[in-house]
Amino acid sequence: MAQNQVDKILAQDYKLGFTVYVESDTAPPGLNESVLRFISLKKNEPQWMTDIRIIALHKWEKMKESHWAHTHYKPIDYQSISYFSAPKKAPNSLDDVDEKVLDAYAKLGIPLEEQKMLQGIAIDAIFDSVSVKTTYSQALQEKGIIFCSISEAMREHPQLVQEYLFSVVPMTDNYFAALNSAVFTDGTFVYIPKGVRCPMELSTYFRINAKNTGQFERTLIIADEGSYVSYNEGCSAPQRDENQLHAAVVELIVKKNAEIKYSTIQNWYPGDEEGKGGIYNFVTKRGLCEGENSKISWTQVETDSSITWKYPSCILKGDNSVGEFYSVAVTSKAQQADTGTKMLHLGKNTRSTIISEGISAMKGQNSYRGWVKVASNASGARNFSQCDSLLIGSGCGAHTFPYLESHNAQAQIEHEATTSKINDEQLFYLRQHGISEENAVSMIVHGFCKEVFAQLPMEFAVEAKELLNLTLEGSVG
Amino acid sequence: MMNIKNIHAKIGDKVILKGLNLELEKGKIHVIMGPNGSGKSTLSKAIVGHFDVEVTEGEILYKGKNILETSPEERALNGIFLSFQNPVEIPGVNNTYFLRTALNEKEKHEGKKETNAAEFLKLMRQHVEQLGMKPDMISRALNDGFSGGEKKRNEILQMEILQPEIIILDEIDSGLDIDALKTVSEGINRMKNTERTLLVITHYSRILDYIHPDYIHVLQDGQIIKTGGPELVKTLEAEGYQAINKDS
Repeated sequence: MAQNQVDKILAQDYKLGFTVYVESDTAPPGLNESVLRFISLKKNEPQWMTDIRIIALHKWEKMKESHWAHTHYKPIDYQSISYFSAPKKAPNSLDDVDEKVLDAYAKLGIPLEEQKMLQGIAIDAIFDSVSVKTTYSQALQEKGIIFCSISEAMREHPQLVQEYLFSVVPMTDNYFAALNSAVFTDGTFVYIPKGVRCPMELSTYFRINAKNTGQFERTLIIADEGSYVSYNEGCSAPQRDENQLHAAVVELIVKKNAEIKYSTIQNWYPGDEEGKGGIYNFVTKRGLCEGENSKISWTQVETDSSITWKYPSCILKGDNSVGEFYSVAVTSKAQQADTGTKMLHLGKNTRSTIISEGISAMKGQNSYRGWVKVASNASGARNFSQCDSLLIGSGCGAHTFPYLESHNAQAQIEHEATTSKINDEQLFYLRQHGISEENAVSMIVHGFCKEVFAQLPMEFAVEAKELLNLTLEGSVG
Repeated sequence: MMNIKNIHAKIGDKVILKGLNLELEKGKIHVIMGPNGSGKSTLSKAIVGHFDVEVTEGEILYKGKNILETSPEERALNGIFLSFQNPVEIPGVNNTYFLRTALNEKEKHEGKKETNAAEFLKLMRQHVEQLGMKPDMISRALNDGFSGGEKKRNEILQMEILQPEIIILDEIDSGLDIDALKTVSEGINRMKNTERTLLVITHYSRILDYIHPDYIHVLQDGQIIKTGGPELVKTLEAEGYQAINKDS
């Protein structure tokens, strides 16, 4: 319909694109051993960690960036990035947290204060490279739950970190995982003891603030036998002309009868219509369903990276273990997403479900890439995949790359895929009933994403809907 | 209520309406009849601002203002309702949610208190029952997989809930069996009052056995060529459009 109107709305500013001026301690750009020692020193890390970083760096130097994804970008100059930036005041307690940092979080709508407790959410907030505040650790401690920054975990719980770090995503798993292993600056550590059901939602909020920095966090969650936790992560970044790199690694370990529900809402600055600026989101997320009847459920809403390269995966090792992947990925402007999942069925009667909803508008390119593999011992394994693509306008693209591999004759694998287009008649029908064009688009898109949104915790679902509206407002052409 | 003056309109390069004049009176039922291709649907699309139709000349005055420059949603909010000949299917959008949003938008526009979800559901249930629709209409997606009759009943349901001031029914009777035609006609008759105008566009005189029009207009080749009372239907039935054409 009216292209100029569309462009006007899409040209609206990224609402979280503010920068906060905080005095910060930043490493000079570049990547070498001394930078790693600087990071280790700043973070007061044990020697074993410094050694690991250096080993990872040397392995990474020998690796090559892979380019099989359906994305295009200029080569990244890894020596021009600063690998560490921290607000100068060392935050030990709430009182020590720089007010400007707290202001930044308030602007993001993430009050770290009491109201969150009322909602039963504990938060770890990561500002640039450092975890500034973990709320309600104490309330959680009473149940034996550990919820802290990964730096703190290295110091306080080294045996757990050493046992599980790299156990699901090996140091050299891929180029970006190796880079992360060398330079990761912070992240969240969660341990849920045997038989404990975590009484509140755990949340981490990541914010890239400083200029020319990358963010490399590492998250490690361990759910011991019979435990349960629902963990949410959210992200945002200021609006910048240059591209910023986010290369995170998430590892989940789930023991017998335990469950982790992991929800992500990405709201980075997406870059402009030409693809200038925005976040390169190159993330490795993988969970191991180690014990019998264990379960991992990934839910992600990806609206705002310039480039997304991300495949939250499940290794279904325990018999009867369950892996789920629910995804909404939106690409508008010049955004590119290559995202999906891997489900590796090793145990007997393992089940996996993949629901992927891709939405493309303007010049956005959206690819689903999924790999379902059933090993020879995995009798009774079942997979169901559903990949739907919704196109808005004619300049965008949707692509589906499903890889199915079964080594067990009894396994059941189902794959369904649909592609649809929001058509002008549908929009007109809604408008002719007094519903504005923007609301009409959002109504159709939300209908399309319903199944995935239903998986999100309530508060996150509301945020996801708003984000979607923001990303797609008026993207009708 | 609405005064359509000298409307010229085209779809693509094809000129369809050629100086059409029509005055719709408050509290009356108007019927437009005409052969295929005479411009019936183009006229209804022009009134609601459909993107297919380009109006090149003339004006449509509604409540004294020319509405041609206003958006479709603005026209709807000001009380113009069109029941589509082929209501479009919108998978994923819940029928009840859609209709409540439409009602709430209208209430907002009129500065009224918005009907909440519980009140709305009650209202919806009443109307669904009255129209003899299946109760699952409440939870299904908008027109998605509806039969022809279900779609038309759903249009009447929308009309009854939104209470528009001017209602255009574009071939509401096509594809209906006799029971559905009766129910739909009853719905139309319920809507008639002294404040509201109905414009029924049809091929067939069949529906006119159930609703009682005040005026019959004959549309041919992009113009209204004759206007008369209900008796005009009889002439049409007996002699066809050709006869009217010769008369004029």
